[in-house]
Amino acid sequence: MAIEYLGLDSINGPLVVLEGIQDAAYDDIVEFVVEREEHKLGRIIEMYENKAVIQVFESTANMSLDNTHTKLTGHAMELPLAPEILGRTFDGIGRPIDGLGEINYVVKRDVNGLPMNPVSREYPRNFIQTGVSAIDALTTLIRGQKLPIFSGDGLPHDQLAAQIVRQASLKTEEEEEFGIVFAAMGVKHDVADYFKRTFEESGVLDHVTMFLNLADDPVVERLITPKVALTAAEYLAFDLGMHILVVMTDMTSYCEALREVSASKQEIPSRKGYPGYLYSDLASLYERAGILADKPGSVTQIPILTMPNDDITHPIPDLTGYITEGQIVLDRSLEGKSIYPPINVLPSLSRLMKDGIGKGFTREDHQDVANQLFASYSRVTDARSLASVIGEDELSDIDKKYIEFGNKFEREFIGQEKDESRSIEETLEKAWELLRILPRHELDRIDTELLNQYYKVGR
Amino acid sequence: MKELGKVYGINGPVVYVKGRTLFQMAEKVFVGRQKLIGEVISLNSKMTTIQVYEETSGMKPGEPVYSTGYPMSVILGPGILNNIFDGIERPLKDIEKISGDFIKKGVEVTPLNTEKKWQVHLLVAVGQEVLGGTIIAEVPETKTIMHKAMVPPNVEGTVIEIANDGEYTIEETIVKIQQLDLSIIDVKLAQEWPIRIPRPVSKRYESTIPLVTGQRVVDTLFPIAKGGTAAIPGGFGTGKTMMQHQIAKYSDADIIIYIGCGERGNEMTEVLEDFSKLEDPKSGNSLMERTALIANTSNMPVAAREASIYTGVTLAEYYRDMGYDVAIMADSTSRWAEALRELSGRLEEMPAEEGFPAYLASRIASFYERAGLMQNLNETEGSVSIIGAVSPQGGDFSEPVTQQTKRFVRCFWGLDKALAYERHYPAIHWLKSYSEYVGDLAAWYRDNVSPDFVSNRSQLMEILHQESALMEVVKLIGNDVLPDDQKLTIEIARVIRLGFLQQNAFHADDTAVPLDKQAKMMAIILYLREKCRSLIAIGMPMSLLLNEDIFPKIISIKYDVPNDKLELLDNYYEQIDLFYNKIMEKNA
Repeated sequence: MAIEYLGLDSINGPLVVLEGIQDAAYDDIVEFVVEREEHKLGRIIEMYENKAVIQVFESTANMSLDNTHTKLTGHAMELPLAPEILGRTFDGIGRPIDGLGEINYVVKRDVNGLPMNPVSREYPRNFIQTGVSAIDALTTLIRGQKLPIFSGDGLPHDQLAAQIVRQASLKTEEEEEFGIVFAAMGVKHDVADYFKRTFEESGVLDHVTMFLNLADDPVVERLITPKVALTAAEYLAFDLGMHILVVMTDMTSYCEALREVSASKQEIPSRKGYPGYLYSDLASLYERAGILADKPGSVTQIPILTMPNDDITHPIPDLTGYITEGQIVLDRSLEGKSIYPPINVLPSLSRLMKDGIGKGFTREDHQDVANQLFASYSRVTDARSLASVIGEDELSDIDKKYIEFGNKFEREFIGQEKDESRSIEETLEKAWELLRILPRHELDRIDTELLNQYYKVGR
Repeated sequence: MKELGKVYGINGPVVYVKGRTLFQMAEKVFVGRQKLIGEVISLNSKMTTIQVYEETSGMKPGEPVYSTGYPMSVILGPGILNNIFDGIERPLKDIEKISGDFIKKGVEVTPLNTEKKWQVHLLVAVGQEVLGGTIIAEVPETKTIMHKAMVPPNVEGTVIEIANDGEYTIEETIVKIQQLDLSIIDVKLAQEWPIRIPRPVSKRYESTIPLVTGQRVVDTLFPIAKGGTAAIPGGFGTGKTMMQHQIAKYSDADIIIYIGCGERGNEMTEVLEDFSKLEDPKSGNSLMERTALIANTSNMPVAAREASIYTGVTLAEYYRDMGYDVAIMADSTSRWAEALRELSGRLEEMPAEEGFPAYLASRIASFYERAGLMQNLNETEGSVSIIGAVSPQGGDFSEPVTQQTKRFVRCFWGLDKALAYERHYPAIHWLKSYSEYVGDLAAWYRDNVSPDFVSNRSQLMEILHQESALMEVVKLIGNDVLPDDQKLTIEIARVIRLGFLQQNAFHADDTAVPLDKQAKMMAIILYLREKCRSLIAIGMPMSLLLNEDIFPKIISIKYDVPNDKLELLDNYYEQIDLFYNKIMEKNA
């Protein structure tokens, strides 16, 4: 373990090759000392007899074939953990950067984690009220879910995530402890500051652990950032029994870093130059959300990604959508109408919603109302495209009603203030108010009894 | 198990052994100190390549590689049902006992419980000639399924010794067989079979019986036969998994093998929880009693994901050999194809389309060809039906996996994003889907359901096609300008879409519907159309017809008529007649 190797055999972008190495294991972490003073970390990503290909987490600038000492650590990347990580800020590979010193660790964990045994999982069923109508009613967030926000550059995904964090965390039931793990990958300084300020203002900062890899930090480092963040989250959730909300932003930067490293390894690319294992790699992150049957605590994930060119079929949102349990899609045309949050509800979805709502969770009419809103709103799209051809005046009466419904739905139901928190009852009431715009026989997704009960009330 | 080489290089799940080795192609090997399970995937004089079914991190060059002399196989015997395995048949519940909530690597577990004693009833006598596949004993494996122990396919000879009826483990000999070459074979409850080789059968039949799923759009419009193959392609959120769950729950197969290949962990938990609670409509026992789950979730090792599909189909073939109808749900075959791509990339093979290896088509073909309605070696009949979900990138059906799958399946249930957005489930789009079994099954439907079933189905399809053509016009100029008979087509199509095709998986009655009800609902809708047509033919305007509440009434038949009170359906003809007479009287 103590052996140090002097020099390298090749440097190519973030990858270095070292030959003549003894007793090195695949996936181990190595330490570099450049010019006897600068420390860097790397990971062995390929191993041939005595030749190791090492991915360096920081920039390889100023490393030369001669000035670097390499030391094997003999273990995979580990993160020191203790309850005191709450309230602390770390860099992208888990080193404290808040000036409060090293962590007095209780355990050290391999950041790669292990796959959760499907048999040990508990199926998530607990509704989290976020106070955002479009989410609570139509893409309900469930504790233990992974529900990403698909956004685009310039859309208010950060504000939305911050609002969810603020409103959801503060509403948590009495005894149960909550915490937030925030992982920033390649985000701008002001974004990181915005989140920090939000946490501060809502008084939850001492419940937040932050891992920051900012836009000007080394690219390869951000490949580790979500892994350390999730390792911290698993520790807080399953060792300490807390309910942890993990916000990861921006997954697009993460995937781009992956592509960059893959390209420098000269791997065969699949779509748009991303490596063939992008799906498996993303799954190894997203699947770390969940609940264990025999332990308190939970890990809920809200990853944020910006869709390049607003294209939902781009590999990053596409593969994410196949792994996560739904998605919240932000839309530029709603943003253009100054509607906040600009959630396009039609492509948005929560897969776990069906089991976490209804009688005993939210209200018995929730599922039917949601279905009806989806069905009616998708009819609005048809009416609008017809109106754009023949003009709104020429529309049939019923289509005019749909247009009216659509406009109000967007402005009053989806739209709300950035600090407005609506209870689920308020949200559903609002939904009924809007549905009453439409004649009763158009509401074909709602059970007759529920219609009898709710359609007339308050009219 | 002997050491035949040392690890030379490690690249993710791919491990190299240098030099000329004695390993066999496709042999199962144990790699490294932790004895991780692997398979030899290529051999040449300079290098042996092995894919490893577990995480290789921490492995060092120089660690030993052990040979087993056998190809990658599964153990077949009682204990498979009501169980959940990973991709290489390791029981996840046993793994949990050893490694806790998270799956550690190198966990040693046996596929089937070797200690449990099964109640065995022998069915052969000393002196009897037996062939491969002959059923030698019965074991009540679960409350629902009688397990039949068979002579392994490659053994034949004379029974020279049998055990008494009683309790035995899967490792105890129950029958001794002397083969023609005088060698003696000990036959046990369990046998081993390589996953990549189909189990032999004597004959393949044409598929003439439908696999009834209780889902109207499937059974009526795009049926699948027992022994058939179907693909469910669809972008994320269009309801592939939901569809697979529904079929697994309500189809009339005897046994379900559910393969979660590279999908979500929570989904497997849901299947496990749900199926344990749900009652099998056929036997009244829990659904798990007839189900085996294979869970290789997306974060479990990728090589085992590649194997999980073969493991599943081998288990299915084993139960088919006993004379059962088995249905495989493979969710999702795209993840399997991606595992192939990932491994192919690591091997630096020349890629074909979108980085997938050139052998993608032949692999997909050889998987789906393992389905079929067969006469087994022991002359029983059984079937394996395969229903594979496909997750096309970007929801684009022109991508390689969807296209190659389409070539080898006979049922294509294309899921549609627009339908899913308006929450029309199942989102199987009637214009994009097809079933080649309609003709093969026509006779069965005629004899068992209703003589006009197939012609009614054609009419339904025709109306839906007409509607789609009309909607093109409506999109441009609105509904109002259409003549009344075309408005009627649109209205009837709406009834078909909402009242027939759309099915509510959360509604106690609507979640699965018997064929009789499907046939009658279809007939009622067509009767309504006929009556409306004659009204319009004599000049009644469509708006008048719509004022009556007959349309919403027909749409809600699915909710209003319970599955066990089908006689209520006859009332609807009266109601339609009433509606007809009322219009005639009022407006004549």
